[in-house]
Amino acid sequence: MKSLKAQNHRLSSSEEEIEVLEMDMPSFSGNRFAVELESSNLYPLKPTQIEILQINLGKMCNQVCKHCHVDAGPDRKEIMTRDTMQECLQVIKNHEVTTVDLTGGAPEMNPDFRWFVESIRAIDSEINIIVRCNLTIILANPKYHDLPEFFKKHKLEVASSLPYFTAMKTDSQRGDGVFDKSIKALKLLNEQGYGVEGSGLILNLVYNPSGAFMPAAQAGLEAEFKKRLADKFGITFNSLFTITNLPISRFLEYLLRSDNYEGYMEKLIESYNPVAAAGVMCRNTISVGWDGYLYDCDFNQMLELKVSAEDSQHIRDWNHQSLTDREIIVKNHCFGCTAGAGSSCGGTTT
Amino acid sequence: MKTYYNPEDLKKFGKIAEFQKPLADKFFDYYGEVFAEGALTAREKSLIALAVAHTIQCPYCIDAYTTDTMEKGCDEEQMMEAVHVAAAIRGGASLVHATQMMNKVKEISM
Repeated sequence: MKSLKAQNHRLSSSEEEIEVLEMDMPSFSGNRFAVELESSNLYPLKPTQIEILQINLGKMCNQVCKHCHVDAGPDRKEIMTRDTMQECLQVIKNHEVTTVDLTGGAPEMNPDFRWFVESIRAIDSEINIIVRCNLTIILANPKYHDLPEFFKKHKLEVASSLPYFTAMKTDSQRGDGVFDKSIKALKLLNEQGYGVEGSGLILNLVYNPSGAFMPAAQAGLEAEFKKRLADKFGITFNSLFTITNLPISRFLEYLLRSDNYEGYMEKLIESYNPVAAAGVMCRNTISVGWDGYLYDCDFNQMLELKVSAEDSQHIRDWNHQSLTDREIIVKNHCFGCTAGAGSSCGGTTT
Repeated sequence: MKTYYNPEDLKKFGKIAEFQKPLADKFFDYYGEVFAEGALTAREKSLIALAVAHTIQCPYCIDAYTTDTMEKGCDEEQMMEAVHVAAAIRGGASLVHATQMMNKVKEISM
């Protein structure tokens, strides 16, 4: 499967995506999310404080997942340079960021990934570094086989997608054979102590629905995952994060193609939860694109909606005060983060 | 083409209150309580509902509880097993009546 960009698909253009998100439907139109926020006294949405720097190291990936909001894949060549990483390091050094969240694509495919992790650790031995590892990368090439040891050496927290504890559902979303490889990779991480009680090495799994429906309640599904993975494969992990699919990029394309778009949006809108809206991740996160531009979140990054702080739109121009005072840009895709129990890169928010 | 069942009508379920609100309110309160977490989990109740939906062959209920079981984290295998439970009970209900047929056969046979 090729990326939408390689297919020259109309939804590889962020303008087209935004147009779809704001088109008139029988049950909603325009920027409906802003209206909902206003009714919750949250508009304009402002940050609380900037704690998390989520850095996209590139769109290159060894997988082509059907729902990917990054439209990542082997045919994507966008990659963060070492110069831009240096600019990120300056921000990590000079500002009170408590978590650095490394994402992609497969962040490990960036040739400077290890250098970057070592440099962050050299600045701060305690800062929480999360790597969003797709698991299969560990087995994709001999040069990645020692990633579990590398993660352990630098005390990285590992967050990995596993849509289900069976092959059928996992492979239907992430590609043929992904489940078996993911299980092997999880065993390798467990061998290093990841997800093992008392080791201090955190391995969290991420669930998102394989289709046009809402995620299950996090606590119940976590218990089910723990039992099934332990019983059948002897695998352990720390927490399961349930995430709602946001209607952008490949998932938006799927919704439109399968005639599920309107029904899905209606469900997200009906499930709007003001408490979840108050806890959205964009209030304490800045997302850094592969080219150094700054966004309110990873989803706004993919829609190319740069932060509204005009003097601080690139990592080299970081102005902490401007970013803390900015208004967060919201559109209808944001309903994905405020539906039900809420959704973020760390799971539910309520 | 006009049909008796229209998927859009499922969304109008709550509107039955238009014609008799006090009874509808009582029903929906009861319905909500029934499906809340209790001695059975909401997930278990959803699978029971899916099986019953197939027994009573209600298209609205099948659509609603297919989505609901998936949103409770069930997979296709579990959902199909629930439907087989319904089918087994339904098939068994026919077959167990064969004992009556057999009794009658024996009663009227030499």
